[in-house]
Amino acid sequence: MDYKKSFTTGLHDGIPICLGYISVSFAFGIMAAEGGLPIWMAVLISMTNLTSAGQFAGTGLIISGGSFLEIAITTFVINIRYMLMSLSLCQKFDPNMKLTTRAAISFGHTDEIFAVGMQHPGILNKYYMTGLILTPYFGWAFGTLMGAISGSIMPISIRSALGLTIYAMFIAIIIPPARKMKSVAITLFIAIIISCLIFFLPATSSLSAGWRIILCAVIASAFSAWKFPISSDKSEVSQQ
Amino acid sequence: MNFTKALIAIAIMAIVTYFTRVLPILIFKKPIQSTFIRSFLMYVPYAVLGAMTFPDILYSTTYQISAIFGLACALILSFFNKSLLTVAISAVAVVYVVERILEYINIS
Repeated sequence: MDYKKSFTTGLHDGIPICLGYISVSFAFGIMAAEGGLPIWMAVLISMTNLTSAGQFAGTGLIISGGSFLEIAITTFVINIRYMLMSLSLCQKFDPNMKLTTRAAISFGHTDEIFAVGMQHPGILNKYYMTGLILTPYFGWAFGTLMGAISGSIMPISIRSALGLTIYAMFIAIIIPPARKMKSVAITLFIAIIISCLIFFLPATSSLSAGWRIILCAVIASAFSAWKFPISSDKSEVSQQ
Repeated sequence: MNFTKALIAIAIMAIVTYFTRVLPILIFKKPIQSTFIRSFLMYVPYAVLGAMTFPDILYSTTYQISAIFGLACALILSFFNKSLLTVAISAVAVVYVVERILEYINIS
């Protein structure tokens, strides 16, 4: 019965992600429909890509008639952060998990799945991961469908407020461990300072969000790994 | 709109996106032993989330002032270890209320 409990825990943990996704993908659906894409195509993009920034940019290029190469490079650069995330997340997978299972689960590695998976105490088995990915996946497709069908269902006032959902969730994930561990707080501080510098300084402000995130993550994490290395038994304690 | 071209583009997007997710899993099959790399990977999620949230959160709503209030609400609640759902719903509610107040002040 253990697998059932893992699965329902995953489902439960996926609900806030699902809610956030409905609002973000709703915006995507509106954008795709306004650009002249049929409804089924907008939903197809969401169900095959399952990524926010990457598919927004890629779809924008489809609408504006961008070349295949341009679409491929843009998608790659924006999503290159998934390499870091997959690498981090698969360290927490059940060591007995088959390679094919790992490869299948990695389809659902989004920023939010990754974030929730990383803060889940202990190892991640396939039942938990399946539950965790399931509701956000359908939420993402459902929101896209609703957005594409009618952008006027949800008033702008509610859409505006929902825009903050994902970020509020991120804050709820990063603040508690930063309170507990000074090294995490310092890592966050460095990453945020660099991110704001890149964003606001005229010389670097044209850098895409994908590159900005990669740069910040590599610099801040390398600094902390050098200054505050964590032995494997200690990291177990910190995750509980 | 050329459907064939759009479908090829969608396939390219899907393949490139999946490639970034699956590649590390195919390359690193065994748990990593190096303390530096393990520590590095332990810090990556926090650094990634921090860089994704700031400063982008300030531009996620119609008005920047309402985003600042939403951010403050999220920071305070998560400081007291409230759940993801509580923090998210409360921050969104704060943004909604602040935006209605802002619009009311503007109109009158």
